[in-house]
Amino acid sequence: MLKIENLHATVDGKQILNGLNLTIPSGEIHAIMGPNGSGKSTLSYVLAGREGYEVTEGSVTFGEVDLLAMEPEERAVAGVFLAFQAPVELPGVGNANFLRTALNAVRRAKGEAEIDAIQFLKLARARMKVLNMPDDMLKRPVNVGFSGGEKKRNEMLQMALLSPKLALLDETDSGLDIDALKLVSDTVNSLRGPDFSALVITHYQRLLTHIVPDRVHVLSAGRIVKSGGPELAHELEASGYGAIQDAAA
Amino acid sequence: MTAISSTGPAAFLGRHEGLRGRLPGAQLPWVEALRDRSAAAFRAQGFPTRRVEAWKYTDLAVVNASVFGEPLTAVDDALALPPAAGPRAVFIDGRFRADLSALEGLPFTVENLASALPRLESRLGALARPEEQSLAALNGMLFEDGLVVTVPESVEAGVLELFSFATESERAPAFHPRHLVRLGAGASLTLVETAAGPATARYLHNPVFEIEVAEGARMNHGRLQQEGRDAFFLSTVYARVQAGGTYDNFTMNAGSRLARNEIHVALCGPKAECHMNGVQLLADGQHADTTTALDHAAPDCSSRQTYKTVLSGKSRGVFQGKILVRQIAQKTDGYQMNQALLLSPDAEIDSKPQLEIYADDVKCSHGATVGELDAEQIFFLRSRGIPLEQAKAILVEAFLTEAVEAVADEAIRDALSRAVTGWWQRQGIQGGIEAA
Repeated sequence: MLKIENLHATVDGKQILNGLNLTIPSGEIHAIMGPNGSGKSTLSYVLAGREGYEVTEGSVTFGEVDLLAMEPEERAVAGVFLAFQAPVELPGVGNANFLRTALNAVRRAKGEAEIDAIQFLKLARARMKVLNMPDDMLKRPVNVGFSGGEKKRNEMLQMALLSPKLALLDETDSGLDIDALKLVSDTVNSLRGPDFSALVITHYQRLLTHIVPDRVHVLSAGRIVKSGGPELAHELEASGYGAIQDAAA
Repeated sequence: MTAISSTGPAAFLGRHEGLRGRLPGAQLPWVEALRDRSAAAFRAQGFPTRRVEAWKYTDLAVVNASVFGEPLTAVDDALALPPAAGPRAVFIDGRFRADLSALEGLPFTVENLASALPRLESRLGALARPEEQSLAALNGMLFEDGLVVTVPESVEAGVLELFSFATESERAPAFHPRHLVRLGAGASLTLVETAAGPATARYLHNPVFEIEVAEGARMNHGRLQQEGRDAFFLSTVYARVQAGGTYDNFTMNAGSRLARNEIHVALCGPKAECHMNGVQLLADGQHADTTTALDHAAPDCSSRQTYKTVLSGKSRGVFQGKILVRQIAQKTDGYQMNQALLLSPDAEIDSKPQLEIYADDVKCSHGATVGELDAEQIFFLRSRGIPLEQAKAILVEAFLTEAVEAVADEAIRDALSRAVTGWWQRQGIQGGIEAA
C-alpha cells in the first residue's frame, strides 16, 4: 500500500528527514513513536503534500502511483487522509457545509454521484452518534470554539465520512481524555479491514493499547532506528527513548 | 453649447446654464435658488483632487477628463427586467419609468421627484451639504428625477425595490438622481436598491439620498452596486435619525470602474442607532471607496460598522470612517471594523479610521486588518479533497460572512448572497461551499 524509500526532506532549508524507509502493507496499522523533533509531524505533512516541506531525495509510492507527484487534493481523492495534530479552525464555514463539500469533491473526482443534503445529514448523523458528537456540532463553524476533544472527534468524523485507504494520525491522542481516546480508537478500529492502512504517530503507548498496531517503529533524527511488534511500545514506555537513541548513535 | 468646454466642471456648469429654464422645477423660485447655490458650490470646488483630505485615496481625474452627455429620452423597450416580486420603482438613466414600475395599492406614498417637486420645498436639500460635498453640489445643480418615499407614522411599509439601470449609449450619459425618503414615527421600510448597467458602457451615476428617520422608526437600506465595468458610481447618502430610530445600511460595491460610496449619518435623538455594513468585491482595474461619517449628536446612541473588502488583480480599495462624538453625546457606544483580504500582490487597500471624541463617558473602538488567505486553512481544505480554487472561494465567502450576517433584513441578505455568488461566477470561479 505505502512504500517510503530513502526519504529526505527539508523544512525552511533545515534537514528533517534523513533517509527514512518504511513499508505499510494493505490492511496493516503501523505506529511511529519518537521524541519531539524526530520528524514525526514532518513525515505526515510530506505524505499529505503540504507546501514548504521539500523532498530532496527518495520516493513514496502509494499503491502503484508516485504520491509525491500529486497535489494535496489528488492525494485525498486517492485515499490519503491526514488527521491533524492541531485541527485548523475555519471561522465563517459551517461544519456541515464543509463536510458535504469535501465529501462531494472526493466523489466528483472519483466519478461517483454527488450526495444531496438529506442523504448527507443522514450519513453524518449516524457517524456522529458513534462518536458521541451532539448534532449542533454540524451547525457550528469548523473547529471554532471546539474543545480539544471535540476537534479530534471532528477529525475522526471527517475520516469516517471520507473512508480513506491510508490514514495518517498525527498525535491524535494529544489532549484527549480517556473517553475521547476510546471514541477515536473505536473509529479507527471500525475502519480496519484489508483495504485500510494507518500510520499512527504518537508519543505515548497509551493510544496503542486501544489501537493495537501490527508494527511499531521508532523515529530518531529523521530515520527509523528500530522496528518491532506491539511489545516495542511497552518497552519504550518503560525505558524511554534515550536508550534506543544511544544505541542507534 | 459648442463654445464651452466638453470636460470637467466647466462642462457640467455649462450644461446647467444651457438647461436653465428646462430642468424640472424651473418655474419654482426655491428650486432655482437651490440649483444656483449648488452651482456656486460646485464652481468653487470642482471635482475634488487628492489634495482634499476626504479624497486623499480616490482620484477623480479620470471623471474630470471624461466627456459626458445627456441621457437619451428615447424609450428602451428592449430592456428585460425580471417580473416584479413586489413593489418596485424603476429608473432608466436616472429617469423614472412608471411603465416598468409596480407601485399600486401601497399603504405609503411613492412618487417620482420630477412630478412631486412642487410639494418638496421643505424636504429637498434639507440634509445635503453642497458646500462640503462637491458631488452633492453637482447633483443639486443638475438633478432631474428621483424617488420620493413617504411612510406615514406607524406604517410598516415592507420591502420596496429601487432599480436603477443605465442604457447602452455612445453619449456616455451623466445622471444625478436625488432620492428622498421620510419615515414617520414608528414606521419601517426596507429599501433594496440595485444599480446596474451594460458591461462596457461609460456613464456617470451620481445619486444623492436624503433620508429622514423619525422617532422609533426603522429604515433598512440595502444597496447592490453592480454597475458596468466602465461606469463611474459616485454616491452620497445623508441620513438623520431621531430618538429611538434606526438606520441600517448595507452596501455591496462590486461593479463600476470607480465607485465612491459616501454615507453621512447623524444620530440626533437619544437611543438612536446606526448600522453601516458592507462588502467590496474588486477585480482587476477596479477602484472602490467607502467613506462613512457618523455624527453622534445625542446621548445613549450606538453605531456599528463592519466593512470587508476582497481585492483581486490590480484593484484598489479604500475605507475611510469618521466617528464624531459631540460633547452632549454621553454613553455613546461606537464600533467600527474594517478588514481587507488581498488575493493578489498587485492589489492595494487604504484604510483611515478617524475618531473625534468630545464627550468623556463613551465606548468607542475601531480596528482594521489586512491579510491574505491563510496557507494552513487552504492546505486543510485541500487535504480533504477540495480543489485549490474552490478552497479559496470557500475562504473568501467565509471572510465575508460576518458582514453579511450583520444584515438584519432577510430580503437584503438574500439579495446579497445572490450577488456575491454572481460575482464569483463572473470571476470564473466555480463552486464555493455546498449547503447541507
